[in-house]
Amino acid sequence: MNGSAESAVRDAFARMAEVDAGPAGLNCILWTDEARALQDAAAVDALAAKGALAGVPFVAKDNIATTHLQTTCGSRILEGYVSPYEATVITRLRDAGAVLVGKSNMDEFAMGSSNEHSAWGPVLNPVDRTRVPGGSSGGSAAAVAAGIVRIALGSETGGSVRQPASYCGIVGVKPTYGRVSRYGLVAFASSLDQVGVFGATVADAAAGLEVIAGRDTRDATSADCPIDRYTAAATADLADVVIGRPREYFPKSLDPRIAKRCDDALESLRARGAEIREVSLPHTDLAIPVYYIIAPAEASSNLARFDGVRYGPRGASDGLREMYESTRTRGFGAEVTRRILLGTYVLSAGYYDAYYKKAQEVRTLIAQDFREVFESGVHLLFTPTTPSPAFAFGAKSDPYEMYLNDIFTATANLAGVPAISVPIGDIDGLPVGGQLIARHFDEQMMFRGAFALEAAHVGAE
Amino acid sequence: MSDVSKQAPSVSDAYEMVVGLEVHVQLLTRTKAFCSCSTAYGAPPNANTCPVCLALPGALPVLNEEAVRLAVRAAHALHCTVNETSIFARKNYFYPDLPKGYQISQFDKPLAEHGKLDIGVNADGTPITIGITRVHMEEDAGKSVHDRYPGVTAIDLNRSGVPLIEIVSEPDMRSAREAGAYLRALKQVIEYTAVSDANMEEGSLRVDANVSARLRGETTLGTKTEVKNLNSFSGVERALEIEFARQCEVLASGGVVTQQTMLWDANRGEVRPARSKEGSHDYRYFPEPDLPPLRLARAWIDAAELALPELPAAKVARFIADYKLPPTDVEVLVASQPTAAYFESVVKAGAEPKAAANWVIRDVLQEVKGGASISAFPVEPSSLAQLIGMVTDNTVSSAAAKSIFVIAAKTRELPSDIAKREGLLQERNEDALVGWVDQVLAENPDVATRFRGGDRKLLGVLVGLVMKASKGRADPRAINQLLSARAADGK
Amino acid sequence: MAIGADDVRHVAALARLAVPESQLPALVSQLNGILSHMDALAKVKTVGVMPAAGVGDAAMPLRADIGPPIPLARPLESFAPQSRDGFLLVPRLATHESAGDDESDE
Ligand SMILES: [Mg+2]
Ligand SMILES: [Zn+2]
Repeated sequence: MNGSAESAVRDAFARMAEVDAGPAGLNCILWTDEARALQDAAAVDALAAKGALAGVPFVAKDNIATTHLQTTCGSRILEGYVSPYEATVITRLRDAGAVLVGKSNMDEFAMGSSNEHSAWGPVLNPVDRTRVPGGSSGGSAAAVAAGIVRIALGSETGGSVRQPASYCGIVGVKPTYGRVSRYGLVAFASSLDQVGVFGATVADAAAGLEVIAGRDTRDATSADCPIDRYTAAATADLADVVIGRPREYFPKSLDPRIAKRCDDALESLRARGAEIREVSLPHTDLAIPVYYIIAPAEASSNLARFDGVRYGPRGASDGLREMYESTRTRGFGAEVTRRILLGTYVLSAGYYDAYYKKAQEVRTLIAQDFREVFESGVHLLFTPTTPSPAFAFGAKSDPYEMYLNDIFTATANLAGVPAISVPIGDIDGLPVGGQLIARHFDEQMMFRGAFALEAAHVGAE
Repeated sequence: MSDVSKQAPSVSDAYEMVVGLEVHVQLLTRTKAFCSCSTAYGAPPNANTCPVCLALPGALPVLNEEAVRLAVRAAHALHCTVNETSIFARKNYFYPDLPKGYQISQFDKPLAEHGKLDIGVNADGTPITIGITRVHMEEDAGKSVHDRYPGVTAIDLNRSGVPLIEIVSEPDMRSAREAGAYLRALKQVIEYTAVSDANMEEGSLRVDANVSARLRGETTLGTKTEVKNLNSFSGVERALEIEFARQCEVLASGGVVTQQTMLWDANRGEVRPARSKEGSHDYRYFPEPDLPPLRLARAWIDAAELALPELPAAKVARFIADYKLPPTDVEVLVASQPTAAYFESVVKAGAEPKAAANWVIRDVLQEVKGGASISAFPVEPSSLAQLIGMVTDNTVSSAAAKSIFVIAAKTRELPSDIAKREGLLQERNEDALVGWVDQVLAENPDVATRFRGGDRKLLGVLVGLVMKASKGRADPRAINQLLSARAADGK
Repeated sequence: MAIGADDVRHVAALARLAVPESQLPALVSQLNGILSHMDALAKVKTVGVMPAAGVGDAAMPLRADIGPPIPLARPLESFAPQSRDGFLLVPRLATHESAGDDESDE
């Protein structure tokens, strides 16, 4: 954060030109306005009182409302749409002196785990361009991994920040549900959605979250909880910290190389004084079925507003129904269409109880698993972030196989607890992330563990 | 179908009408239910809109506390049990004036349940009570204007998000007249509690009716149809009669009523089926994830109940008991709160209750009808009480009192001042009275002679003539005595 | 519970999506493939378990009944597909009487 905002922003755009542009580029940034960004930077430089993130360039996922760059959610149905109002998280970052340099590519409406489902083309993984960056916030993850920015906003519904962070070898945080305002985050599944933060380091992620966290009167689900100084959570020792190792997250089928990285990471945490304890979260294997009922159900309702009446491109229309259908059929891609149909089905007459209601009941059991483990004196849970490293484009053609990428991450969204992915090594040059899960609103403890994990890993390099 | 209604009565006699009503009432808040936009009526199209009520991507609802207060007030007034926890739900359907593609409403756990409303009394004096199933909160949709521009529908979202309560009754009404009575009683309660202006013309009160027919004596419900587009209380009654007659026809001819939505056409005075699409009624309700459960403290709920004003039913009972007035009078006096208040201040100012009731019903309401508000009526309760007093103690004749009232209604003067200025005070001075008597007897010699001759029937005639001569100032009783005396001594 | 072509047609109609007949078979098998994994839930005992209503047991915060509304940086007309005299315009319904049914209802 040294040097002027203007030079920092110039560097960001220079790096963008280098790695992102052109057919061979990463395609992680969708919309930019360099002139406007430089104006904002100049304004920050002109300020006497510097904010916490003065002059720090950042990018925001394309499903977060911005008033001078498009907000399309990676979908044709919002092509050309520039929001007439600004998301709370953007306002808070700008008020802290950070400068928005671009909107990042994503799976359409955040539905995907590979970024192959963007209407604006896939994002390439900066570590290995033949592989996916993960999703749905793949653009933000790639932008940080490629060194365009140190802080980027993503959004989480089932792992959309932690999984790409793991695939790209950076840090990704999913805060407690209600910790960060959703006002201006285009809804996918309202009861699961949360704005997340990517950081080049744990400190970067902590600095970003510190600024955007806190109650917002425009979001009835945002909580009024004190915010600690996450950046101050760095500490050498983890004495008095109990870390649980949930056996359900280390199945026999787990890639042994991933298991090895995780054991090393746990060892390094023990070395810093943490007590490692075997624990169980018995309903873990139900997370994906529950998630893939609740998320599509809420999505089918949240995406009803995209009807061509008030904004976005309108389809050919000889009648009202035809207008609706042409607008939505042309506007939504295959994966979004599939999930709208699935969500509409599980909510429809005769199926609600068997699917949606049942899923919400099992969701309660999943949340109870976490409550019981934490009440037993465990402060943090450590797990792999993903079952495998970044996969190659087109590797997962079957939808459900793709969904299984969220198997270790979706539980935290269903329970509403905070979780972070931190690099813990690599497999043949492909990054591997380790996940730390904490109690509701205990981001402080989560960061404490994350700083320790990072220190151990960096030290091991 | 209108033909059906003509032949209906004969057929209908064998059947009984069963009616339940769903009434939507706009709450009198300054801002909308889930955003800070104004609820003002009549703004330019879409002037009162924001990211939330336009359903812009990423916007979120935040509930208006005043909407909750008013909804709970209405629920109490309808004797409902208010739930400490109620849940908002999404009712999903596509319509251009429904920006989100769903309406935020309540489904499984409504704000309040199990209420009742008295709509009158049976022949035996027992109250006719209609059950209230539930009162829930929801948001209004925008307006679709179909006839403004050729080939297109114009959408105005100023009304989108205005807070509503939906009041659902039990199927307890047995005639169109009872349905009308229910609606009038409901409107009265809503007005008494100042929850809404309940104006059907401006759409702040809207009615949908569920009606079915069954053979008299049967206890199970027949298949119902829902009648929409009802735009006035009389319209509701007419539509119910016609739809009931139609159903009776169907049943009488051995057919079955199909459950469907019917639309009332006030101009043609007919009820016709709405063209419905297959499966268009799967609303896919589920709990609104953007709004946590609404939790109300029991203490707060109870305090809200205590804060209620006296409700119509209680007022009726009190007026009959305290003022010994006939129910017919009370019904008129209590019809609106201001009228009842005006009447009570007249009595408090010293007027005899029955006399006060007569004046308010016969004279005051005459003058204020035509929208004028009784609270602003020029003749203040104290003045009317004074006037009534002047009649009781014969300071003025009732004829004079009428003219004084008419003047006061224009000039706001005190009745006593008017009476003096207009010389309408009753004359008690013996000489003046004798003077008028002599004058009348002189002007009507033959009548006078027959009267003196003992024709007592003429007494009334003469009194009248003397009153006339005195321009109403003479005291009729005094004149009576004087004339009788003359007849007696034959002078 | 297997989903059939008619179910897909039905939900597509509810969701205002025009799914070409040619895509139906693929969708049916994909959705069935996904739903088959959901049947695991049927085996879980959830008697007496409250469905999660949102996350946690937070109560609803209320807002005061005052303005001003959140402002728009640009007027509705600047991003609306079709508008006139301040109104939004949409194709006229085939029969606008059916408004009452196809939901102008509250
Ligand atoms: Mg309703
Ligand atoms: Zn608004």
